[in-house]
Amino acid sequence: MSTASQSGTEKAIVFENVSLRFDEQVVLDGLSFELDHGATKVLLGVAGAGKTTILKLTLGLVRPDNGRIFVLGQEVTAMRETELFELRRRLGIVFQESALFDSQTVEENVAFRLLEERVPEHEIERRVLEALRFVELEQTLNLLPAELSGGMRRRVAIARAIISNPEILLYDSPTAGLDPVTSTTIMELLMKQRDVYHTSALLVTHRLQDAFMMATHVFSREQNKMVPVPPGTDWDSKMNFMVLKDGKIFFEGSAAEIANSDDQYIREYLTL
Amino acid sequence: MAFSLGQYVKENLLAVQEYSFLSWRAFANLFSQPRYLGDMLQQMDVIGVGSLPIVVLTGFFTGAVLALQSANSLARFGALSFTGQLVSMSMVRELGPVLTSLMVAGRNASGMASELGSMRVTEQIDAMRALGTDPSRKLVTPRLTATMFMLFFLTILSDLVGLAGGAAIALILLRLDLNEYWTSAWQTLRYADVFMGLTKPVLFGFIIATIGCYYGLSAKGGTQGVGRATTQAVVAASVLILAVDLFVTRLLMVMLGPL
Ligand SMILES: Nc1ncnc2c1ncn2[C@@H]1O[C@H](COP(=O)(O)OP(=O)(O)OP(=O)(O)O)[C@@H](O)[C@H]1O
Ligand SMILES: [Mg+2]
Repeated sequence: MSTASQSGTEKAIVFENVSLRFDEQVVLDGLSFELDHGATKVLLGVAGAGKTTILKLTLGLVRPDNGRIFVLGQEVTAMRETELFELRRRLGIVFQESALFDSQTVEENVAFRLLEERVPEHEIERRVLEALRFVELEQTLNLLPAELSGGMRRRVAIARAIISNPEILLYDSPTAGLDPVTSTTIMELLMKQRDVYHTSALLVTHRLQDAFMMATHVFSREQNKMVPVPPGTDWDSKMNFMVLKDGKIFFEGSAAEIANSDDQYIREYLTL
Repeated sequence: MAFSLGQYVKENLLAVQEYSFLSWRAFANLFSQPRYLGDMLQQMDVIGVGSLPIVVLTGFFTGAVLALQSANSLARFGALSFTGQLVSMSMVRELGPVLTSLMVAGRNASGMASELGSMRVTEQIDAMRALGTDPSRKLVTPRLTATMFMLFFLTILSDLVGLAGGAAIALILLRLDLNEYWTSAWQTLRYADVFMGLTKPVLFGFIIATIGCYYGLSAKGGTQGVGRATTQAVVAASVLILAVDLFVTRLLMVMLGPL
């Protein structure tokens, strides 16, 4: 108990022996991991490995059958739904399918959390514009989500997630199915969030090149774009990788470790 | 077989439990911040103003056919002048509240189920929860208060229009004295009748909104699931309205004494 609550307060996210099954299907089987403050963990795994489920568990949107989950020092698994809303406001999530409110405009979508907090109107306007400028979509203010392309929706979802400066960001496949130019733009946004605002993050992705790009680059404030990490910097504590297989952690380590792993499964996964 | 029966019972009990819990939350939300007045006003517009034509039409025709039918029976006893009384008693105590509620159930329980159901299957409900907003507060409570409030007034309107429909028949087909019709229609109404007639729409409004929202929020299985939720919501709300109507009528009769 004491060790758990200690690590629970010092880490951004702690999973302790978490298990979950849907009907007969075991999705997570005694999963444990920790995310440090300011660090980014890349979740890898084949389709159906349980990556999205981990993000939903983190927010308390889904409850585990067993195990405990701590987020920002609070035990999510011991909280009631009504108590969770407060904690969720300190986190941001970008859903796999964006999940924008389809009968609200881009502006209303991005402003959602500020409207909820009854922030003064002029401030909302300013911050919405700022967030949309961050994702380079300030011209879409009055469009409905259905009028946007998939990549634009993804970026609006990012703007909606970051507008209240969350302490943890959960990205679910933010670059899936996008062209290389758009996905580089999005990865740059993620790096900016990591290196400028020092937000902790879980990043689910199928595109390894994106994950490696994030592990080998740093966002430079001066040049306002990403630049390669200077040689000799210890970057491993900030970026690490986790591969899920059969509901368990199959591999956990740094970018270099995963790239140089000689495990059969990892090699196959990397070359696919 | 025994297993599947047990499973069936268990699932239904679970559904009833979840429904009760949602209804309770939606009600309890009224007593704490934040409240969504804007959303409530918008729902009042959708439910109240949007239902006006259908409520006026059903009210009018129901009143008219009531006058026609009761005149037919009353004439056999030479009591045609009681037409106004019969129309007003039936409209105010029973048909006004029940028919208005059934119409609103058809329009709005389905509307709520399909709207919230679509939000559910496209993860917008999860997105809302993730953004720290309680869907029972932002979505269910405004619909609940708006439906209860508007159904009350829609029922009054329906009663009046029904009486007017009866009057039209009395004047045109039965050639009754209009003054006599209205006087007997008004004077026969007791406090107990009006009380019963206006308690019902509030209860039925509660049923419509909570059932519509419950089926919407528990929709699963894509667009087909939304369609299923919508149909089930209308069926469940309608049956429940009629069943509750029986019990409430009996209960109020006992409470308010014989009339
Ligand atoms: N609501 C649910 N009901 C039943 N099964 C579910 C539900 N949600 C997820 N699952 C199952 O849990 C498993 C893990 O799903 P999850 O969405 O976490 O996968 P994922 O790793 O995100 O996959 P992808 O990379 O394709 O997004 C899948 O096999 C899925 O079928
Ligand atoms: Mg997924």
